[in-house]
Amino acid sequence: MTSIAKPPVRHPGLKKNSLGLTTRDYEGGMSTLCAGCGHDSVTAAIIQAFWELEIPPHRAAKMSGIGCSSKTTAYFMRQSHGFNSVHGRMPSVASGANAANRDLIYIGISGDGDSLSIGLGQLCHAIRRNVNMLYVLENNGVYGLTKGQFSASSDVGSTSKKGEANVQPPIDPVLLALTLGATFVARSFSGDKPQLEPIIKAGLRHNGFALIDVISPCVSFNDHEGSTKSYKYTREHDVEVADVDFVPLRKEITSPEKTDGRVSVTMHDGSVVRFRETGEAYDPRDREGAYEHVRSCQARGEIATGLLFIDEKGQDMHALNHTVAQPLAELPFEALCPGSKALDALMEEYR
Amino acid sequence: MSTPSIFHPPSSVNDFSFKIATVNGTGSASANSLLMQSIFRMGIPVSGKNIFPSNIQGLPTWYEIRVSKDGYTARPPEIDLVVALNTGTYERDIATVRPGGCLLYDSSWPLEESLLRDDITMLGIPFGKMCVEAFQRDRDRTLLRNIAYVGALAALLEIEMDVIHQALNEKFSKKKALLDANFTALRLGYDYVKANFQSPLPFHLEPMNANADYVLMDGNTAAALGAVYAGATVGAWYPITPATSLMEAFTMFCNQYRVDPVTKEKKFCIIQAEDELSAAGIVIGANWAGARSFTSTAGPGISLMQEFIGLAYYTETPAIIFDVQRTGPSTGMPTRTQQADLISIAYASHGDTKHIMLFPANPEECFYDAVKAFDLAERFQTPVFVVSDLDIGMNDWMVKRLKWDDDFRPDRGKVLNAKEVEKLKRFSRYVDADGDGIAARTLPGVSAKGSYFTRGSGHDKLGNYTEDSAAYQEVMDRLVRKLANAAKAVPAPELNTQKGADIGIVGFGGCHAAIREAVDVLRAQGVAVDYMRIRGFPFDQPVADFLNAHETVFVVEQNRDAQMRSLLAIELGVPRDHMRPVLDYDGLPLTAHVVVSAVTNHLEKKRVGV
Repeated sequence: MTSIAKPPVRHPGLKKNSLGLTTRDYEGGMSTLCAGCGHDSVTAAIIQAFWELEIPPHRAAKMSGIGCSSKTTAYFMRQSHGFNSVHGRMPSVASGANAANRDLIYIGISGDGDSLSIGLGQLCHAIRRNVNMLYVLENNGVYGLTKGQFSASSDVGSTSKKGEANVQPPIDPVLLALTLGATFVARSFSGDKPQLEPIIKAGLRHNGFALIDVISPCVSFNDHEGSTKSYKYTREHDVEVADVDFVPLRKEITSPEKTDGRVSVTMHDGSVVRFRETGEAYDPRDREGAYEHVRSCQARGEIATGLLFIDEKGQDMHALNHTVAQPLAELPFEALCPGSKALDALMEEYR
Repeated sequence: MSTPSIFHPPSSVNDFSFKIATVNGTGSASANSLLMQSIFRMGIPVSGKNIFPSNIQGLPTWYEIRVSKDGYTARPPEIDLVVALNTGTYERDIATVRPGGCLLYDSSWPLEESLLRDDITMLGIPFGKMCVEAFQRDRDRTLLRNIAYVGALAALLEIEMDVIHQALNEKFSKKKALLDANFTALRLGYDYVKANFQSPLPFHLEPMNANADYVLMDGNTAAALGAVYAGATVGAWYPITPATSLMEAFTMFCNQYRVDPVTKEKKFCIIQAEDELSAAGIVIGANWAGARSFTSTAGPGISLMQEFIGLAYYTETPAIIFDVQRTGPSTGMPTRTQQADLISIAYASHGDTKHIMLFPANPEECFYDAVKAFDLAERFQTPVFVVSDLDIGMNDWMVKRLKWDDDFRPDRGKVLNAKEVEKLKRFSRYVDADGDGIAARTLPGVSAKGSYFTRGSGHDKLGNYTEDSAAYQEVMDRLVRKLANAAKAVPAPELNTQKGADIGIVGFGGCHAAIREAVDVLRAQGVAVDYMRIRGFPFDQPVADFLNAHETVFVVEQNRDAQMRSLLAIELGVPRDHMRPVLDYDGLPLTAHVVVSAVTNHLEKKRVGV
């Protein structure tokens, strides 16, 4: 058995959000990933983000494909519907679900194998379609479940556990998403929860497809000396563009305006993302600049992290389609069936 | 009703066939539609088969029109008149005219002596020359040559000019110049025949009143209309011949019926996906989230969707897939018809699976089967395939006017709402509470208590991940029971029996038109035959009963390997050799002749003791 329910023990002092729910209510089954797996930290950040945003769990849908990362949808929000589909095809299933019910909050969890090899096409086209969802790519540069093969995000020269060096150039999901016109592109690190969590919150509130590439080391197969996706390497080479502060709409009214926010972006629902400058001047609304920054970091052997690009003026799949506001799945049959008179009239056109 | 016969006498009224041979991309398609429509509006049963290339411009294309006062709609067994306008195919086109028949060709250029036949009437009309003289623009000269042959045929076959005029008026009512040019071209052909030949031909038309209750419609249009009437809101697809026109028709009807007149908002979402895999994923995701969603595809798409089909089967998610079959394997002949996807659908995907199939016989059934498919998919929470083909999907058939019962309400299956979930002690996704093999599901977003985790990995009846042998097997065994119940819910076979027949003919899908005709021909010849048309899969007992009740059984199908016969043997345990395959897999619609020959040859062999 690899599905383990968590004991329903609750600490009486746990804080409740406005829905009366504690973070425990946003948890799922016990993780069966290896101890120390980066993915579990991402799961913890997701739980925290959903709790803080006070999203009723059953109004969210968790989508995933196949792989270690995709298993994690079982480890948070047991009161949400989840769909663990087939390898590399989560984006299409999520597209269909979103087409049917646009009111749910969709979170897709994928990995570098799932997204950049078998599912590369699906990822690209979900971005093009601009499906309103948060897409978390838990990137460890390795195939964990099949025990240590290189993935498409492995850097040239990065070595496997057995010492073999990767020779094929990597696919960078951040550059890819920027190129394809994604309207929310971020990179973070599973070991940096203070950075990751606000980005997840912003991504959940983004109006459109939000991609977060999370470097999430694989402790079993890719955390050794020589790997460029290890905890150590990532910590040493992480370059954060701007520290992000996410202010949900509810709090916006009561919080005093902070003065250190160099750039602030108002989200579709009225929430605000504030960027605090940490280094050189950086404008997260400039796609070309974001691309340039990521490329130059790469050239220096550094990993650009943070909310790298955001555009809140984009139109999601339904806006592009001019779909009715009410979810299609909830439209009554009477609103959909043209009826006998229309059919009788139509038949005259086929004579 | 006269005695049906395949080879009729040289003179006949409302009972003949003609074929137009042209080059594709030159505008003959609309002229051929005009011919069909005009004959249809004269009240005469008519059907057309477009035999076209997988190409946009420059390759040979044919259009066969059959006029049958008795209402036979199968591909004609022989051709009385060929309109040969493609010099590239003259030789074989002239060869297809039956002895005593007629050839109409463009005499702007002389016909080679080697092509002359003395057993047919050869009529030359200088269509090209006349059009060059009458029209200035090159495009008009090419396009209107087609209307000129319509005019010539109107004179030769007595198609009512008023009817043609009316059809042209409707088509070009807003383009006066085009209308005038069409009228001119029409007269060119008509007047030339009247001035130079004896008309009408021995075989020609006379107005009837046989189709007041019918329409001319292709199956893809009808299937799309069925999807609209069934309440489908999400369509996902990847363009592929011959299924493309299905989703295009769905788009057209949705724009007609599902757009708010004030806000212009759409009550539908059609996604042209990056491939068929994605289309299948979208359909599964949308159905999972509670919308009625479908895709339309052909064989190569079915191949690509295999993994997702298994996911839908095992997670018990509804999915509706229209397969408009074309000639395989691989790319095959994309613009030719076949019934060769049966086995790849019946057990699609790895692991143990079985899927519901519906076999519409014509566009009329495409409409009703489409509606049925959505109900079955939601009732049984599993993929349902509407297995059509290019002949049904893309050709205009004369079918009964489609009717709708306003009291119809969709069967959404066992979907629990929040209140129903609240009443339960606990919601478990795969528990067979009613003993019919179908477990209740919930939709995302409805209730926290009703939430569950959908997974293609091994699960127990509670929906939990499992690697426990017994728990896994319990679910797999329930699926067997569920599909067995589905066999009783698919349309029952249609039987056409005759007292004392020991020959049984089995068919399905688009072959029905030809088999129905063959049965009439055989019976008229004194051969007693029964006919069973299979309408759904899995098979139910009546199918087995029919096979077992006949000493000799012929299974007619359009594939090389007798796929339907295999399914019958596998599923029903009927010995394979008890069923004689009648196989027609050249890519063209079936003719009655193939079936009649198979039966009479068998009887002849039996008689002489071979």
